[in-house]
Amino acid sequence: MIDNYIPLAIILGFATIFALVMTRVNEWFGPKKSTEEKQTTYESGMEPVRTAHERFSVKFFLVAMLFIIFDIEVVFMYPWAVNFRQLGLLGFIEMFVFLFILMIGYYYIWKKGALKWD
Amino acid sequence: MSLIDILFYFFATIAVVSASIVVFSRNIIYSAFSLLFTFFAVAGLYVLLNADFLAITQLLIYVGGILVLMLFGVMLTHKVVSVDMKTGTLKILPAALITSMIAGTLIGIFTVTDWRVAPLQTGDPIPTAKGIGEMFMTTWLLPFEVASVILLIALIGAAIIARREKEAK
Amino acid sequence: MEILISLIKILVVMLVLLTCVAYLVLVERRVSAFIQNRIGPNRVGYKGLLQPVADVLKLFIKEDIVPKLANKPLHRLAPIIAIVVSLSTIAVVPFGDKINLFGYEIKLQIASVNIGILYVLALTGLGVYGIAIAGWASNNKYSLLGGLRSCAQIISYELSMGISIIGVILVTSTLQLDKIVEFQHGWRWLILLQPIGFITFFVAIFAETNRLPFDLPEAEPELVGGYHTEYTGLKFGLFFLAEYANMITGSAIVVTLYLGGWQFPYLQSSGLPEFWTSIIQVGTFAAKVGAVLLFMVIIRWTVPRFRYDQLMDLGWKFMLPLSIANVIVTAFIIYLFE
Repeated sequence: MIDNYIPLAIILGFATIFALVMTRVNEWFGPKKSTEEKQTTYESGMEPVRTAHERFSVKFFLVAMLFIIFDIEVVFMYPWAVNFRQLGLLGFIEMFVFLFILMIGYYYIWKKGALKWD
Repeated sequence: MSLIDILFYFFATIAVVSASIVVFSRNIIYSAFSLLFTFFAVAGLYVLLNADFLAITQLLIYVGGILVLMLFGVMLTHKVVSVDMKTGTLKILPAALITSMIAGTLIGIFTVTDWRVAPLQTGDPIPTAKGIGEMFMTTWLLPFEVASVILLIALIGAAIIARREKEAK
Repeated sequence: MEILISLIKILVVMLVLLTCVAYLVLVERRVSAFIQNRIGPNRVGYKGLLQPVADVLKLFIKEDIVPKLANKPLHRLAPIIAIVVSLSTIAVVPFGDKINLFGYEIKLQIASVNIGILYVLALTGLGVYGIAIAGWASNNKYSLLGGLRSCAQIISYELSMGISIIGVILVTSTLQLDKIVEFQHGWRWLILLQPIGFITFFVAIFAETNRLPFDLPEAEPELVGGYHTEYTGLKFGLFFLAEYANMITGSAIVVTLYLGGWQFPYLQSSGLPEFWTSIIQVGTFAAKVGAVLLFMVIIRWTVPRFRYDQLMDLGWKFMLPLSIANVIVTAFIIYLFE
C-alpha cells in the first residue's frame, strides 16, 4: 500500500527541486542593476500610499467559514457514496436526513443574506 | 532501517520542527505558515499508517479549509505583523502546576494504555474509505447525524456574524 | 526496479507536461489572434513553432526584482508552492491502460492510489496557498486584492467540484481514477450518465484554473496583474507555468472522470496487437485532453468576464444547490434501478 504512495513522494520532491532551482535562475543569469525606483511597490505610477496590509472586508472570512462547514459535509459524503450500492434504501434515507438538516441551514444563511456579496 | 522508517522519521521531524516554529515564532504569519507544514507532515504519517482516507481528509479540511480561515484572519487583521507577540511572564506557579498536571496525565495515559500494535500491512491495499462508510451508516449512525446538527449550528453562527456586519453599516 | 520504472515515468510525464504547457501558450496566442483577426506570433522558427523557446529564454535572463516592502522569504515561497502543487496533481491521472515494453508490464499512471480523486481535490485546495501568499507577501494592494479574490473564488468552486465528484463515485463506487476509467468502457462515458455533474464540474474547473470568464484574480482593468503584479522573470514564469499546467491537469481530470479517459470504443474487440492498442489508447487520451483544452481556449477569447458578486452568486446560489440536487437524484435513480 505504501508502495503506491512512493511515486507521489518522488514527484513532490522532484517538483520542489525544480521550483527551487527555477526561482534562483534569475539571480544567476539576470542583470543586477537595482535602483530605488525599481524596488518601490507598483501602484500604477502613483507614489504608494501606506502599505497594503490594511483592513479588508469580513466577507472573505465569512466565505472561508462557510467553506469549512460545507467541506466537512462533503468529506462525510465520500465514504457514503463509495458504499451506496450495498446500503440501499437505508443509506439513501440516512444521507437524505443528513443533507436535509444542512439544507435548512443553507436556506437560513441565504435568507439572512450571508451569501449576498455587496 | 527500511524505507518506511526513513519516511517516518522524515515526516516526524518536519512535524516537530514546524510545530515548534508555530509555538515559538514571534511573527504570527510565520506561525500560520509553518502550521501548513505540520498538517502536511501529519498527513504523511497517516499515509504511513495505511490510513489514506484520514490523510486526505486532513489535507482537505485542515489544510484546505481551517488553515485558510486562519490565514485570512491573520492577513486581514490590521497591522498584525507589528503586534508584539512577546508577553510578560506572570503567574509562574499556577502555570507550572497546570502544565505539569496535564503533562503527567498524558504521560500516564501513554505508559498505562495497552497499545494494540497492528502488524505492518503489506500486499494489496485495503480501501479504508469503504470501511469508514460502513461504520458511519451502521454502528455510528447517531454521531453521524448529530454531526450534521453541529454543522447546522455552525452555519447559523456564521450567519449571525454576517448579520452583525450589516447592522454595523 | 519498480522505483526505477516510476522514476522514468515521472521524468517522461514531467517533460511532456512542460512541453505541452509551452505549446499550449503558443496555441492560445495563435487561436486568440485568429479569433481577433490578427496574425499572432509566426516569426520564430517555422510558423512560430520556436516561439515558446524564445519566451522561456527571455525569462531566464530577466532581472529578479523584489519590492523593498515585500516579505522576502514568503515572496520566494509563493511561486514554489504554486508550481509544486500544479505539477504534482498529474501523478494520479491514468493516461493509458498498460503497455509492454522490453518485457516489463508498465501501468500508464504514475501513482494508482485508493483515494486518487480526493488527492486531486486536496491539491486543488492547496493551490490557494501559492496565490494567497503571493498576494500578501508582495505588499501591494492589487496583489493582495487579487490573491484574496482568488482564494475566495477557488474555495467556493471547490465545493461544487467536490460535490459533483460524489455523483461520479455513486455511479462507479470507487475513488480510484483508473477504476473509474475502467468503468467507462465502450460508450459508458460518465458524461452520459452524469450530464449535470459534468456541467457543474467543468464550470468549477474553469473557476479553479482562473480562466475567463472566471479570471477575476487578475482582471487587468481593475487589478493590473493581480497576485503576480510584483513578480518578474522566472518567478512570474512559474506562476504562468502553474496556471497552464493546472489547465492541462484540469482537462485531463475532466476527460478521466466524464469523457471516458483513455477508452476508445470497440478497440479491445478489434483484434489489434496489444502494443498498438496501448498506443492508440494513449493517443485517444491525448486527443480528448487536447479537444477540452481547445474548448477552454476558445471560451476564453469569446466570453466576457463576470463581475465579482455575479461570480460568488453563481458559485453559492446556483452551482452548490444544483450539484447537491444532482447527488440526491443520482442516488435515487441508482436505488430505483438496482
